[in-house]
Amino acid sequence: MSVAGGDAATRPGVAGLGVWLGGVGLRLSVLIGMAVTWQLVTTLVDDPVNWPTFVDVIGRFWDSWASDPDAWLRSLAPSLGRLLAGWFGAVIVGVALGSLIGLSAVARHSVGPIIQFLRAIPPPALLPLFIVLLGIGDAMKVAMILFGAIWPVLLNTVDGVSSVEPLHRETGRVYRIGVRDELTRIVLPSAAPKIFAGLRMSLSIAVIMMVISEMVATVNGVGFELVQAQRSFRNLDVWATIVLLGIIGYVLNAMLAAVEGYVLGWHRGAMRTRS
Amino acid sequence: MTHPLLEVEHLGYRYGDADAAAPPALDDISFRVDHGDFVAIVGPSGSGKTTLLRCIAGLGHPTWGEIRLGGHPVTDVPKELAIVFQDYSRSLFPWMRVRDNVDLPLRHMGLPAEERRQRIETALAEVGLSKAMDLFPWQLSGGMQQRVAIARAVAYRPEILLMDEPFASVDAQTRADLQDMAMAVWKAHDSTVLFVTHDIDESVYVANRVIVLSAPPTTVAAEVPVPLPRPRDQIDTKASPEFVALRAEVARLIRRRKADAVGGTSPAETAAITDDR
Amino acid sequence: MTGTARPQRHRPAASALRGLIGAAVLLAAVEGLTRAELVNPATLPPASAILTTTGRILLDPEFLTSVGGTLLAWAIGMLIAAAMAVPLGVLLGSSRRSYLAATMAIEFLRPIPSVALIPLVILLRGRGLDFKVILIVYASVWPILFNTIYGMRDVDPQARETARAYGLNRIAILWRISLRAASPFIYTGVRISAGIALILAISAELIAGGGPGIGTWMIANSQAGVPREFLYAGIVVSGLLGVAINRLMVAGEHRLFAWHHRVRGSGS
Repeated sequence: MSVAGGDAATRPGVAGLGVWLGGVGLRLSVLIGMAVTWQLVTTLVDDPVNWPTFVDVIGRFWDSWASDPDAWLRSLAPSLGRLLAGWFGAVIVGVALGSLIGLSAVARHSVGPIIQFLRAIPPPALLPLFIVLLGIGDAMKVAMILFGAIWPVLLNTVDGVSSVEPLHRETGRVYRIGVRDELTRIVLPSAAPKIFAGLRMSLSIAVIMMVISEMVATVNGVGFELVQAQRSFRNLDVWATIVLLGIIGYVLNAMLAAVEGYVLGWHRGAMRTRS
Repeated sequence: MTHPLLEVEHLGYRYGDADAAAPPALDDISFRVDHGDFVAIVGPSGSGKTTLLRCIAGLGHPTWGEIRLGGHPVTDVPKELAIVFQDYSRSLFPWMRVRDNVDLPLRHMGLPAEERRQRIETALAEVGLSKAMDLFPWQLSGGMQQRVAIARAVAYRPEILLMDEPFASVDAQTRADLQDMAMAVWKAHDSTVLFVTHDIDESVYVANRVIVLSAPPTTVAAEVPVPLPRPRDQIDTKASPEFVALRAEVARLIRRRKADAVGGTSPAETAAITDDR
Repeated sequence: MTGTARPQRHRPAASALRGLIGAAVLLAAVEGLTRAELVNPATLPPASAILTTTGRILLDPEFLTSVGGTLLAWAIGMLIAAAMAVPLGVLLGSSRRSYLAATMAIEFLRPIPSVALIPLVILLRGRGLDFKVILIVYASVWPILFNTIYGMRDVDPQARETARAYGLNRIAILWRISLRAASPFIYTGVRISAGIALILAISAELIAGGGPGIGTWMIANSQAGVPREFLYAGIVVSGLLGVAINRLMVAGEHRLFAWHHRVRGSGS
């Protein structure tokens, strides 16, 4: 099938619970190890302007972000608001459209090339069009995030929906469960593992799109602060903002992983028993 | 006047991608199933048994001939019918607990909540799975999963239950248990079962009548009545001379039709088989 | 199973025709919307105008140089990313402990969005070719790395043990068994990265320049006040380039790894 690639398998398999628990300690020590390495290397390099030490970066991160509720309200809140609005928009539109396309071979073939083309467009290229259509306000930024983040959701939904086990759908038909239950209780749950793989990818793209949309024509947001810091050569603030963006990405990812673990508990179990 | 529950008349089927000159998969199949009957269809592998069953269930459309259920031609999936597929792992839904798997078909029948609950519980009790209600299918053994599939069909209360090689994927001991369970369920609900299998022993053991199919292009080679007394028993029934004789008869019919398909049987012999009908 | 899930016969011609019809309908819709002035033609020019301009710039040496600039950065970035990610992935994928430690380090680095590095790289390295390349490398390392690790961990232990029983040493096993078994996964990683890298290259050019490239060309030609068709023509070329690269990579995948898909049943 041309529409969806093997994009679903971009992460290594999920380790078991015992490994995970043992992993918490390991996780911490890895984190500490990375920090110590950073500190040592930058101290040796001794170029505090370009390569600030870990302690300096975290200190600045603490001062300008973590300990400053004002910065949360001024920059973080609008950024996260747009990010979530755009991402949820991408999820809703992507799953709805993907289901429609995935259920019909004709639709799949007809719009497949168009989707491939649209997905290959670098989103910033559409910025001028979005600005003319939607102005430079939040609507434009949300639309940018949505446009960038929708493709993995859409493609993985198409892939998941079109590869539902035929016997599952036939079982539904034999028991005459109706179109709505067939969609919500057979097709979508069966496609859910692939859809979630798409959600994960689209979430990290959404963070990227948030930053991009805020680098141009904005007065607030984390991306705006980042560009401001660069333009005024405040290197330490650039580093601190990158740390913040990393934390945002990490936390959002962890939240999605928790939801996924809950929703797809059956899938993990089923895969385990199969192997 | 009353119709037989299921009538299959001169049914033929040619796969959509086969060219028109090739011999069809199913050539000329006719048989009837009455209310309350337990009929087995047995045939060599590749004889189109599953295709035949799918046509009856409205999942496939015969190229020619007609199927009537309760006197009405089957065009779409009829509501009076349920199927138990061979491949339980692909027919049960791994994202639903056992209870929800059984409940899914009942959701649209307009039943009061209490009756729905009761149907689920009795059906699962009948197949001996009351304790597995809140487990997921993949937490059960193969035989237990097939029991869930049977419970789902039973709770639906179909007029006719189609079973497509239902026990072909489980081990011998489990298969014997499931055969007895299938007969018990049939008896308890006074229902009608059409049971497809490639296992001659199984067909003779469970059914009132065995329909023997030929190798493709498939026709009905013979119908063999099975007058063995019920309740049947895995050891006693299978050891009885009647059972052994019937089993031999069915086996001979299948083997002869196979030879016939390869061209090794004389016309006289073929006529003899046809006379058996 | 007899005839349960009868696979549909694959007819590439029919699906390609449908694809063409779909694209034609979309173009006609854009054309109609702009001709009827439901959309301001200054915002979105008619499809015919965009396509004519696309044809024209494809003959323009200056534009072709820009395409070359983007592709050069793309190729260098991909090579470096693969040269880093594959050995690292092989290393991390072959031992359980290093795998655990590494996945956790990766877990912390991976969420940093690539574009967040743009200001940092500008500050550290300026806006030359290496600016683009660094970003491309950062973004395309991850899929290759993950897929390599995944592929290494997927190697059938029995195949490895058989090889050991026949007296192959560790290096030979790695080279002849593990890498060969993991190669389809590595290729998938490279294919995914190839698309991401191209998008990122042009995006970086659009946001911050970085030497000759499609993105810088688009910026230059819209700032110069020339008709907006140039911007859209640039978008069309970027999109088609992305599609073409993906098609080529998929075709290569089918050719190189037919054995893998046969074994796996063309699996996800």
